[in-house]
Amino acid sequence: MSDIKKFMYVNRRAPYGTVYAWESLEVVLIGAAFDQQVSLAFLDDGVYQITKGQDTTQLGIKNFSPTFSALGDYGITNIFVEKESLEKRGLTVADLIPLKYEDENDNYAEKDSIKLVSASDLVKVLEEQDVLLNF
Amino acid sequence: MKLGIQINEGPYTHEASVSALNYIKAALAAGHEIFRVFFYHDGVNNGTRYASPPQDDVNIVNTWSKLAKEHKIDLVVCVAAAQRRGIVDEGEQKRNGKDGNNIAEGFRISGLGQLIEAAIQCDRLVVFGD
Repeated sequence: MSDIKKFMYVNRRAPYGTVYAWESLEVVLIGAAFDQQVSLAFLDDGVYQITKGQDTTQLGIKNFSPTFSALGDYGITNIFVEKESLEKRGLTVADLIPLKYEDENDNYAEKDSIKLVSASDLVKVLEEQDVLLNF
Repeated sequence: MKLGIQINEGPYTHEASVSALNYIKAALAAGHEIFRVFFYHDGVNNGTRYASPPQDDVNIVNTWSKLAKEHKIDLVVCVAAAQRRGIVDEGEQKRNGKDGNNIAEGFRISGLGQLIEAAIQCDRLVVFGD
């Protein structure tokens, strides 16, 4: 497996209610070991997956949102969030978990992984990918 | 073309599995190679031999087993998804102390790495589900 492909995980569903979001994150974490070029996109209700202050105690379901903060340590630093999806839900980037990574090429400076993009720009990013995994 | 297939939904509730079967048959007939079929989410329920639908209904699990045998197709059930949903082979039975196993003929249980590997190796990864 010498060739490096561009993997994009497209997350469109709310974090709870169905298992897709959590099992998507499991693929992302396992896939990180394969040294591919990985990006994530959050759009539609998928933006709720990375909103701050989640509390699932009353649901009786595991809160997996803290796991997103570890993505930077897994070398996953390209996280696209669709602007229109946030706006439609009355959210801004300030409502999202601050996902960061340490840039080893810049004296380990802490940088933002989240890139806010318009729907039309996200289309361009999707077109560049080799593998799209839609959850 | 070398094709990887991912199936995200169980049999009967959702058409994904049957659509994938039809797709694979057509792809094979057209001379394409099926590198692997990976069952994820509720898709793992395609791999239990305990399914026993009424006789006048299609037995989707058996259809997979038959197809795998005829065309030597690698049917892989995700271990993490399978453990949650009670799909068990002999190894998992021993590891988790279960009183039996239910994996259907032609299926094997393995990790998510098998899905990533299929995506890397294949010309296309075709996903069935919503």
